Amino acid sequence: MNMSKIVREAANLLFPFILVFGFYIVLHGHLTPGGGFQGGAVIATGFVLLFVAYSYPQITERIGVGALHNTETLGLLLFIVTALIALGFGVTFFTNWMLDIGPILNNPVAFGPNPGDLNTAGVIPVMNIAVGIEVLGALSVIVLYMMSGTKETI
Amino acid sequence: MKNLVIGATVLILCLGILYVGVGLEFGVPLFTDMDEYFVSHGQEQTGGNNIVTDIVFDFRGFDTLGEATVLFTAVLGAGLVFRKRGEDEEYEYE
Repeated sequence: MNMSKIVREAANLLFPFILVFGFYIVLHGHLTPGGGFQGGAVIATGFVLLFVAYSYPQITERIGVGALHNTETLGLLLFIVTALIALGFGVTFFTNWMLDIGPILNNPVAFGPNPGDLNTAGVIPVMNIAVGIEVLGALSVIVLYMMSGTKETI
Repeated sequence: MKNLVIGATVLILCLGILYVGVGLEFGVPLFTDMDEYFVSHGQEQTGGNNIVTDIVFDFRGFDTLGEATVLFTAVLGAGLVFRKRGEDEEYEYE
């Protein structure tokens, strides 16, 4: 059963802003409070807002359960592969290998309060994005699984 | 005998909570070696301004790997509970 038209329009209007805010939290995870898990949870609330505003059959026409599940698996794989690449450079698992190699994400950081630079912190932003992708898939697919158990008619 | 054991456990728990609540001063931790190290070396060693993210993703990466695995397992469990049932599969809702 759909919610009323007001709720659906409000959900449509709010959804992109919630996505932008969530991805901001994920991408600035190494500079400002927040990080992958928190930003992923914010993005998942945007998806859940759509789920409760529309009915389950209408949602699964656009967003499949399999797609969200694959998103979650992709995030976990990206996380583990990023940690595993360190072995190729002769250092241990989970070492911050990007800090010493290559020009990207490698700017020096001054000690103490500073304005912040996105191009720092080596492997940490990559892992933030990976965990963000994983959490957004996981939390929204759990709600979608629970909605599949409801008996509703359009 | 059983009541005695339960009573002693509750008494020790209450005394412990009372000691934590009254005996220790808030904001003055007993052991500060680790957090002082993180605060003074975290930015320089990892390059991130957010010390919490530095610890979660760099100093204690295995912890985060376990957390991600727990989340994955939780989704698998939810999918198992809410899976599509076959026509011949017997089940009942309580």
